[in-house]
Amino acid sequence: MQTFGQQLINGLSLGSIYALLALGYTMVYGIIKLINFAHGDIYMLGAFWGYYVINGLHFNFIFAMLSAMIFCALVGVLIEYFAYRPLRHSPRITALITAIGVSFLLENTMTYFFSANTRNFPQVITTVTYHVLGLHISNIQLLILGTACLLMLLLEIIIKRTKMGKAMRAVSVDPEAAQLVGINLNHTISFTFALGSAMAGAAGVLIGLYYNSIDPLMGMTPGIKAFVAAVIGGIGSVPGASVGGFLIGLLETGVQAVGLSAYKDAVVYVVLIVILLVLPAGIFGKKTKEKV
Amino acid sequence: MIKWQKTLLKLGALATVLTLAGCSTAKSNGSAQGNNPGKTIKIGVNMELSGSAAGYGQQQKQGIQLAVNKINQAGGIKVGQSKKKIQLVIRDNKTSNTTAASVAAQLVNNDKVVAVVGPAATNAGTASIPNMTKAEVPSVSPSATDPGYTLQKNGTVQKYIFRACFQNNYQGSSAATFMTKNLKAKNVAILTDNSSDYGTGLTKAFKQSYTGKIVSSQTFQEGDKDFNAILTALKHKRIDAIYAPGYYSELGLIIKQARQAGINVPIVGSDGMADAKLTKIAGKANTSNIYYTTPFSTKAGETNAQAASFLKAYRAKYHTTAPTFSALAYDSVYMIKSAIESEHSANSVKITTGLAHLKNFKGVTGTITMNQHHNPEKSMVIEKLTNGRVSQAYTIK
Amino acid sequence: MKANLKYNLTWLGVMVLVFGLIDACEFLGIINAFIENMLVTIGINIILATGLNLIIGFSGQFSLGHAGFMAIGAYATGIMTQNMATPLGFYLSMGVGIVIAMVAALIVGIPTLRLRGDYLAIATMGAAEIIRILINNFKITNGAAGLFNIPPLVTWATVYVLMCLTTIITVNFIHSRSGRAVMAVREDEIAAEAMGINTTRWKLIAFVFGAGTAAIGGSLHAAYIQTIAPGDFNIMASIAILIIVVLGGVGSITGTFVAAIVLGALDTILQNFGTLRMIIYSLALILIMIFKPAGLLGNWEFSFKRFGRTRKEVPTHD
Repeated sequence: MQTFGQQLINGLSLGSIYALLALGYTMVYGIIKLINFAHGDIYMLGAFWGYYVINGLHFNFIFAMLSAMIFCALVGVLIEYFAYRPLRHSPRITALITAIGVSFLLENTMTYFFSANTRNFPQVITTVTYHVLGLHISNIQLLILGTACLLMLLLEIIIKRTKMGKAMRAVSVDPEAAQLVGINLNHTISFTFALGSAMAGAAGVLIGLYYNSIDPLMGMTPGIKAFVAAVIGGIGSVPGASVGGFLIGLLETGVQAVGLSAYKDAVVYVVLIVILLVLPAGIFGKKTKEKV
Repeated sequence: MIKWQKTLLKLGALATVLTLAGCSTAKSNGSAQGNNPGKTIKIGVNMELSGSAAGYGQQQKQGIQLAVNKINQAGGIKVGQSKKKIQLVIRDNKTSNTTAASVAAQLVNNDKVVAVVGPAATNAGTASIPNMTKAEVPSVSPSATDPGYTLQKNGTVQKYIFRACFQNNYQGSSAATFMTKNLKAKNVAILTDNSSDYGTGLTKAFKQSYTGKIVSSQTFQEGDKDFNAILTALKHKRIDAIYAPGYYSELGLIIKQARQAGINVPIVGSDGMADAKLTKIAGKANTSNIYYTTPFSTKAGETNAQAASFLKAYRAKYHTTAPTFSALAYDSVYMIKSAIESEHSANSVKITTGLAHLKNFKGVTGTITMNQHHNPEKSMVIEKLTNGRVSQAYTIK
Repeated sequence: MKANLKYNLTWLGVMVLVFGLIDACEFLGIINAFIENMLVTIGINIILATGLNLIIGFSGQFSLGHAGFMAIGAYATGIMTQNMATPLGFYLSMGVGIVIAMVAALIVGIPTLRLRGDYLAIATMGAAEIIRILINNFKITNGAAGLFNIPPLVTWATVYVLMCLTTIITVNFIHSRSGRAVMAVREDEIAAEAMGINTTRWKLIAFVFGAGTAAIGGSLHAAYIQTIAPGDFNIMASIAILIIVVLGGVGSITGTFVAAIVLGALDTILQNFGTLRMIIYSLALILIMIFKPAGLLGNWEFSFKRFGRTRKEVPTHD
């Protein structure tokens, strides 16, 4: 029972990271139907930003995270402006290849200028482990869970309650019609990228602090997993991304807990395929009727 | 339908003819005896400088460059009457086996290097072997650890392939003996890096020679960051020690998370974790009761003059303690130098002979003698870390 | 009918000519081991990308799992030729690889091809990863260490001939009744269904056919490079093939050839740039996509037929 509880905590903290990343994928996909392959690398940039501002400028944790969010938002907007905007009316597969190109570019530029070495993230918050009912939970795990939930809530409010959120929803349903009612398409898309990238930036700093290890290729695997999470949850849906993220986190933890660590990723993909077969648009995805 | 099937049949017949034609062209030239040096001695570097192994590849590149600078500052390598300087040709193989083969071909055919250092990984190395062998140019890998790397399928040695590191069997069995004898561990858990031959090979060797009980054998992938699930599952099993072969990037995290979860048993690893970064990632307080097998001890400077000068030069240039990979790469260059000197020639075939007969070569990672399988024989050390510092070193014959 | 034969013969002539040219260059020493390596890599990539282009460009199914089927071919050859180091053994292993890959494609395809667009891409990517993880953990495949010392049973000539063969078969498939059915499904599934085309069946046929060619590419790769490891067939490998298809132009076999050659040459030239190589490569990729969004050749196809006609009659696509 204790072990089960502990694994639950492990799964939830892992899941919250996937969820934070999945949010970025889901928002961008929802609005321009692009698998933003570079999203995982923006998360890497966030971690590196945190590393440098904490080490170099002695920022405290809150400022490091906020500045990383702003920095990543900026990078996200720039990438959209230079790499994706010219391709808005091209085949979607072209934009996908461009996104892959951007991902390669970010990874390799970082490798070139800052070396591929793994480095340790400055521990601005000392880890304190609480023992509750025989369970270990650290303050950083609580922080990650808390921040993730807070950001998801914030996002939900932005999308559902603000004017910009309304515009985002409108564009995702029908960009042309949205323009007709006076929504500025470019601003809305830029805003979406900024929001999604800011989430990734926050995740980057949180991960850096939690695992204490960052490197230029750290975004690859979590990026793909987070995308899978977004698809499972129903890509385009914010609650779906969170649920998908937690689901994958718990799943991976569960598989490892029963001693099948070698097949941990395989199980995730099997579940992905099964869910897609039962619910072709993911758990929270909207089913689109075929038009004749 | 029938029409194109007919065409197909004809094409098939033609194809067979073409295949035969291809066979007849076969090899056109095999005249030259390897590569010869020009004004300088060209040494190629076939290295993982981007892609997943880039971190390790870059450390090796640093070691290589350090060695070459040092040799060149002293005037170069003596060949015959004159001294020749080394010219490095560094090429990135992207951690891809196909590219490693292509890089090898370019180095030996176009750049006409007389010897190659690299690749770092066994698979990239084996992919380069055909091209190295065809051109009769030797290569020394600083870190290809698979026992079969220097061997052909029938068990005879690959003539042009050498390595500077231990092969897996030796490290894995040494760790097993150490855990039984010194740590008195009767029940162990194994955590293997399952993304390359390195971790899996060591685990295989360990399992073969370990006599105690293996309670659990789990794996992880390179790049993994979260090991809490595996560790929590281990926590309530009765284990005396953990054997965890892998690299410092993941091992640092395993140590950190294990200690935070309250698992305080000894963790034993291999030379992949012999790096100052291990402590930095795991945190000083967590890095106690950690052991690893390694050819290169950062304490070696106290007894080994080569190691002392290497450590000093490395610190002066890169401002940190030299990692094992850099030391192995540094030795690889000096092994080639020693081969050139002993054969009085920088012809690639001669260098091969020199490398095969390397004896009592005084390197940073110990005194090396090349055995018949092109594996270096040198003494192994098991280091113990306490609070992130080497507190004890056990020498294994 | 006669005309068609003539064009096929013209193509054959071109193929023989190019073969002779490469052979001559090899003999004269213009092509050394390094260039040969590049040419073989390009040849294998053409085989892989042509198959993927059939799936993506002609049947309109977005598959991201090509490397998984390639892995099956590669491992079939790697394992079988260890015990049968003869050309016969190689072709036999290739046959076995093709069959297993096709069966795997059926198993993957029957359920997943109901999915659309990006969902299918992710599902096929997952399937390919499952194949890779299984290979990574099986004993017969030697796990993560992979297989090496695979007998060198493949020369550039073998690769060249097989490249020509798979291309001819693929192109003939596209231009056959079956090919038109497949393309009809791509253009409009519902309309195609109304015309009596069994959409699932044709999608599946294209998918299985593509998997078969991927296995051929994998077999050649294994026997030429002589080393294979599970890591060679990861998601990035699938993406590398996808890049060739999209860069050349989705739905253009000529484009696939051009892109494979351009990328192969670019990759080889960039070898001279050390650690900068991947930065330049990714920049080139982004720029080509931005300035040539439909790929280098769009869906333009080179054809000798065009020379036989007057300009006015040049057929337009779509």
